[in-house]
Amino acid sequence: MGIQRAFSRGLLPLVAAFGLVAASGPVAAWEPTKPVEFIIPAGTGGGADQMARLIQGIVAKHNLMKQALIPVNKSGGAGAEGFLEVKAAKGDPHKIIITLSNLFTTPMATGVPFNWKDLTPVAMLSLDQFVLWVNAEDPYKTAKEYLDAVKKGGPNTFKMGGTGSKQEDQIVTAAIEKAAGVKFTYIPFKGGGAVATQLVGKHVNSSVNNPIEAVAQWRAGKLRALCVFDSVRLPYKNKVTETQAWGDIPTCREAGVPTDYVMLRGIFMPAGVSDDVVKFYIDLFTKVRATPEWKKFMEDGAFNQTFMTGKDYADWVAKAETLHYGLMKDAGFLAKK
Amino acid sequence: MEEINALFHGFSVALTPFNLLLMFVGVTLGVLIGVLPGLGGANGIAILLPLTFTMEPTSAVIMLSCIYWGALFGGAITSILFNIPGEPWSVATTFDGYPMAQQGKAGEALTTAFTSSFIGAFFAVVMITFLAPLVAKFALQFGPPEFFAVFFLTFCSFIGMGKEPPFKIVAAMMLGFALAAVGIDTVTGQLRLIFGWHELMRGFDFLIAVIGLFGIGEILLSMEEGLSFSGRTAKIDPRIVIATWKKLPKFWLTSLRSCVIGCWMGITPGGATPASFMSYGIAKRMSPDGAKFGTGMPEGVVAPETAAHAAGTAALLPMISLGIPGSPTAAVLLGGLLIWGLQPGPLLFVEQKDFVWGLIASMYLGNIAGLIIVLTCVPLFAAILRVPFSIIAPVIIVICAVGAYTVHNAMLDIWLMLLFGVAGYAFKKLAYPLAPLVLALVLGDQAESAFRQAMLMSQGDVSIFFSNGLVGSIMALGLLMLLWPLLSKLKASLLRQR
Repeated sequence: MGIQRAFSRGLLPLVAAFGLVAASGPVAAWEPTKPVEFIIPAGTGGGADQMARLIQGIVAKHNLMKQALIPVNKSGGAGAEGFLEVKAAKGDPHKIIITLSNLFTTPMATGVPFNWKDLTPVAMLSLDQFVLWVNAEDPYKTAKEYLDAVKKGGPNTFKMGGTGSKQEDQIVTAAIEKAAGVKFTYIPFKGGGAVATQLVGKHVNSSVNNPIEAVAQWRAGKLRALCVFDSVRLPYKNKVTETQAWGDIPTCREAGVPTDYVMLRGIFMPAGVSDDVVKFYIDLFTKVRATPEWKKFMEDGAFNQTFMTGKDYADWVAKAETLHYGLMKDAGFLAKK
Repeated sequence: MEEINALFHGFSVALTPFNLLLMFVGVTLGVLIGVLPGLGGANGIAILLPLTFTMEPTSAVIMLSCIYWGALFGGAITSILFNIPGEPWSVATTFDGYPMAQQGKAGEALTTAFTSSFIGAFFAVVMITFLAPLVAKFALQFGPPEFFAVFFLTFCSFIGMGKEPPFKIVAAMMLGFALAAVGIDTVTGQLRLIFGWHELMRGFDFLIAVIGLFGIGEILLSMEEGLSFSGRTAKIDPRIVIATWKKLPKFWLTSLRSCVIGCWMGITPGGATPASFMSYGIAKRMSPDGAKFGTGMPEGVVAPETAAHAAGTAALLPMISLGIPGSPTAAVLLGGLLIWGLQPGPLLFVEQKDFVWGLIASMYLGNIAGLIIVLTCVPLFAAILRVPFSIIAPVIIVICAVGAYTVHNAMLDIWLMLLFGVAGYAFKKLAYPLAPLVLALVLGDQAESAFRQAMLMSQGDVSIFFSNGLVGSIMALGLLMLLWPLLSKLKASLLRQR
């Protein structure tokens, strides 16, 4: 019956895509039957939290899902609490989690037993950038000038502020140290906003804040952006400060610091869920990405808008895991066994 | 007088019927959130944030900030009536507020608390209106050593102020520090003190400890005393508000001092919780009735409430002008600003005049709306105490359990709450103070981070705490507070020798 109906609609381009689903049972695809828990393995107010709550708002405003999407912060143990919960919820189709780099760094640094392979990858939403910032009153105009000064000053003289310990900010710092042959004193703070303020107040010499964490101070002329840790420049051409757009910031490679790093903002869910369920969420996030609110958020935060699903996504994550293992090992951040 | 013009423009933005309605809805929701322990202002706003995405940013922030005011007001209610602080910053309010309720003066205590809150907030808003740019710059002076100095001062202003021997206070405080250390160590990124038990990695949340130590502990005590609940004689008289107002002006000095402490702590940003503790500690030291604090002195309610509200309000200033939140709730509001497409930071005042001044005007109006709502409800709240204890006690326990569960959605937290309840009971029986434990549990983490960040900066040189005038004078003040009991003894014995 299902096949007949599908063909009788004559939706030719779609038939091929839906044929399998239609043939295997009722036409209606899987849909959540109760509210979906959206776990945030980080505290309220941070980057992942903002993104998750924006998604909740978009889903509610555009009525993209019949059931509610409910964000829950599970930030204990550098996010391990959230990941362990999803790992334990095997087969539960009403639970999704947004990840940041702590998907890799937390188990490696703390030895808490979980791995991305314990979860089902759903979709990569975007990649978050890192930028090397200094105080605008300092004389350094380029990454090279700054790092030369750091080298000249001797090890541990210059202070790098960052969010958390043995997480992305410190990994980027370690990567710079390796690439430029310098040594910073890394000072961990609770959140990205605090780091930006500490840099404006000259309590640290530089930071590797995400764009959204430092943009306000950049626009106000308090901070200077030296380079961005991506392989290509950002695509955004609208002027953010009086003279510069995100696209005007050179990559660190161009600036003579051969290193790059981007952070995953992606969605995972528990293992053991059916393909229909994953497909539902992929469709949902495809719709979210098409809304004007999402596009504006992407541009404001200067995100890299790469979108991946299925095998591409899993392959990317596997590669990122190897990369993190290498970086953490080099920096001596791995948990002692 | 540019500010006055801007402010009046702000009033014209805020004073639409729709915004006024949002204000009252917000305050009412906020009071409810404040009353329920565990839900908390930050969680409450986070839950309601998505509702506002379809609104104008100005209307949205008016509603959310009114929830915030409501939560600040509401936190005092359960502290006074049941000795259960609904919010961290209401802990100090229990010290004198609860004894007042037990003496049948619940209405007076509530009125005092609400009025003080209002005065604190009002003071802070006036400061924000006229001194915003100046004050925002001051916040930039605060690096890790300065933060640690502020926490140090808070701890020191607490030691030696209690009726209990200083060593008992220090012992309770150390236990608090030990509990605060459980979980992830932010400086090394390692888990510690969890003994291989992953359930413990989220650490001991302050709210669970407070709900247990104060709420459950109190119920255990009352049960021992034969199910009597001494607040039952509360007189319910709407005129109590006016009668209380007549008594309040004589605490003007405490009020003013608490406003200043609160504003300062809100901006720096130490936050409302240390502000309320520090203000209580200092009021106790300075007041002629200091020795009677803890037995139901209205002044002991004025000090923490004024400071907490002033700090809570002032905490919004660094958020608007610098993009650093002064409190967890402000952090969630900050997320809201970004989602509405507003960029907090130095340019917000220039680029989004309507929004900023609308928000500031709504601070004035929201607080007035809040005061009206809570004051009209004073007799209603006080009447709760008339319900027989055998009925109200199970209700309290259920609310406590729900509150404890809400914090992390974890069952373990309910067991921990009960455990803390037994500990609270033991503490009271052995005459150990609970407040220092709670204070250390709340601020221990931040104080430790600030200390270790400072040590990293100076490569282990302790003199960094005296490296400039600002940090040096705060540290010196702290040491003076710490040694005050010794110094006053010394002074007394010197006088006697003469």
